[in-house]
Amino acid sequence: MLTRRHLLALSSAVAPGVLPMLGLAGLPQRAHAATQRIVSVGGALTELIYELGAEADLVGVDSTSLFPVAATRLPNVGYARTLAAEGLLSLAPTLIVATEEAGPPTVLRQLETAKVPLHVLRADHRFEGIVDRTRRLGELLGRPTQASALIQRLQKEWAVSQQTVTRLAAAHRAPRVLFVLSNAANQARIAGTETAADAMLAYAGAVNALQGVQGYKMLSPEAAIAAAPDVILATTQGLESSGGADGLLRLPGLAQTPAGRQRRVVALETMEMLGFGPRLPQALTKLATALHAGAGKTA
Amino acid sequence: MALIAAVLVVVQFGAVPIALSDWLNGPWSEAPKSGGAHVLWQLRLPRILLTVAVGASLGLAGAISQALFRNPMAEPSLLGVTSGAAAAVALTLTLFAGLHLALPPTARLWLLPVVGFVGALGVCVVLQRLSRWLAPGSIAALLLCGLALQAMTFAIVGLCSFLANDEQLRAINFWTLGSLAGANWTMAVIMLTALLLLGSLAWRLAGRLNALALGEAAAAHVGIDVDRLRRHSVLVVALLSALAVAWCGSIGFIGLMAPHLARQLVGADVRRMLPCAMLAGALLLLVADTLARTLAVPAEIPVGVFSALIGAPWFLVLLRGAVRRMGSA
Repeated sequence: MLTRRHLLALSSAVAPGVLPMLGLAGLPQRAHAATQRIVSVGGALTELIYELGAEADLVGVDSTSLFPVAATRLPNVGYARTLAAEGLLSLAPTLIVATEEAGPPTVLRQLETAKVPLHVLRADHRFEGIVDRTRRLGELLGRPTQASALIQRLQKEWAVSQQTVTRLAAAHRAPRVLFVLSNAANQARIAGTETAADAMLAYAGAVNALQGVQGYKMLSPEAAIAAAPDVILATTQGLESSGGADGLLRLPGLAQTPAGRQRRVVALETMEMLGFGPRLPQALTKLATALHAGAGKTA
Repeated sequence: MALIAAVLVVVQFGAVPIALSDWLNGPWSEAPKSGGAHVLWQLRLPRILLTVAVGASLGLAGAISQALFRNPMAEPSLLGVTSGAAAAVALTLTLFAGLHLALPPTARLWLLPVVGFVGALGVCVVLQRLSRWLAPGSIAALLLCGLALQAMTFAIVGLCSFLANDEQLRAINFWTLGSLAGANWTMAVIMLTALLLLGSLAWRLAGRLNALALGEAAAAHVGIDVDRLRRHSVLVVALLSALAVAWCGSIGFIGLMAPHLARQLVGADVRRMLPCAMLAGALLLLVADTLARTLAVPAEIPVGVFSALIGAPWFLVLLRGAVRRMGSA
C-alpha cells in the first residue's frame, strides 16, 4: 500500500539524498573536533536547540524540523518514526535527542548497541512539558544557564498569553471549534480528544466541537455537521494544499456547519500550533485572538 | 560466484564509509571498534546476509508456486500467505495495544515475527481446508481460494489501519512495504538455516513438479499423488514466505521476477530452475535493498518501494507476452 504520505515523504527524502549519492566523496566525514555532534529528532526539540544557541552543533534533523528555515538545510534523517540506524551513524553523532515518537524500536536498539548516547525526551501537550524538555536539553547540551533564561522568558510569555485568553474568554461564549487536518484532497482528518489540537483548543478557552472521539479520525461529513462548529481550525500548510478557505469548505459536510455558512476559517502554521515547542505562547495568543474574534457576545 | 561478487560490491555502499581495517576489526578482534567496524559487522553484514536469505526464499517460493499452479503469473502472495502474515501483525498491533499488556522487551521483539508466521501458516491451513471442501484436487480452486483469502486479509489490514493511531499506522506501513533495516545476526542465521532445510525439501519435490507440468491428469497417470505433492509444495511455499515476511514485512514481486529470470537462463526444468531462481531472488533483493539503503542517506526508503517499482513494469511486460501467446494460440 503506497499512500500519498509515502510519496510525500519519499520526495522530500530523496531530493537531499541523491546529491551526496552521486559524489560518494561528499558523504559526511567523521569529525574529530571537540564539539558535540547533535542529531535532533522532533521539530520542537530542533526549535529548542536553536533557542538555546546550540545550532552550530546540530549535524542532522528529522523531517518534522521545519523551523527555523535554516534547520531544513541540514542533513535530513527522515520521518521520526522511520529512522535508519546506519544513516544516523553516518552523521557520527555524539548525541541524539528524540521525542517518544522516535522509532522503529529495532533501530533504537541498534543505536543502543552502537553506544550512541540516545536521549528520548517525554512528549506531552502541556506547557509544563516544554519547561521540562528545555531544562533537560539544557543539561544534555551543557547549556543550563541558557536553558534557565529561556524557561524564564517562556514563563513570562506564557503568563501574558494566559491573561489574553482570560480577557477574551470573559467577553464571549466559548467558541466551538473543529480542527481539520487536510494535507491531501479527500484525506481530511478531524481531531478528537488526546490530540495536540485538542490541548491547544482547551488552552485557548475554546471547546473542541468533536467530543467522544479519541485521536485523529477521517472526516465524516455527518459527524462534522453534527459537531456544529462555530469556527473551523486548520493548518496553513493544509489550507494551502486545499486551495485556501474556499477549497477547505468544499470538503463534504463543512459548508453545512455554522462555521462554513459564515466562512469562519482560522489557520496557523502546523509546528507553531501543534509542535509544543518554544513558539507555544505566541501561537496561543494568535490562536485565541483569531478564535474569539467575532464570536457571539454572551451578554 | 556472481552472488559473492555482488555481496562484496554492495557491502561497500552505505551511509558510513568502510575502510579495509574495519574488515580486520571483526568480532574476534580485541581492538576497540571504530564506527566503520561496528557498522560493517553489526549492521551491514547481517543485513546483507539476511537480504540474500530472504531474496532466495522468495525466489524459491515463487518458483515452486509457478510450477505448482502451472502459471507463470503465480507467486506466494497470490495464495494470501504474505497478506495473512500482514493481517495477523496488524491485528496484534492495534488490538493488543488496547489491552496494555506489559511484555518484556525481548518478548516484544519476537512477538510480531511469531505472530506473522502464525498468520501465514493459518492462511495456509484455511486454504487447504477450503480448497478441499470446494473442489478436491483442483489447483484452480486452490488459486481462487488464495485470491479470496488475500482479499479478506487485506480487508483486515485495512480495518486495522483505520483503527490504528499514528504510531501503529507506521508499524503497519512498515509491514506492508517491507524493510530489512532490523537485521541482526540471529535473524540472518535462522533464515539461512531455514532456507537450507526448506531448499533441500523443495529439491526433493522438483522431479514430481516437473511431471506436473504435463497436467494434473498426466502426472497422476505416471503414478504421482497430486494431492500429496500439492500439500507438500504449499507447505514449503508457506514456510518460506512466512519466514521471510515475519521479520521483513511483505516484499512484493521478487517471487514473481526471480523464477522468470531463472527460466530464461536455464529453461523450464524445475530441477535446474529452483537453484537459479534462488540466486536471482537473492540478487534482485540485494539490488533493491542497496537502493533503499543508499538513495536517501541519512534516511532510508522502504525496500518494497523498489521491488515494486522494478517488479510492476516487469509484470506488465510478462502479461503482454502472455496475452499475445493466448491470441496466437
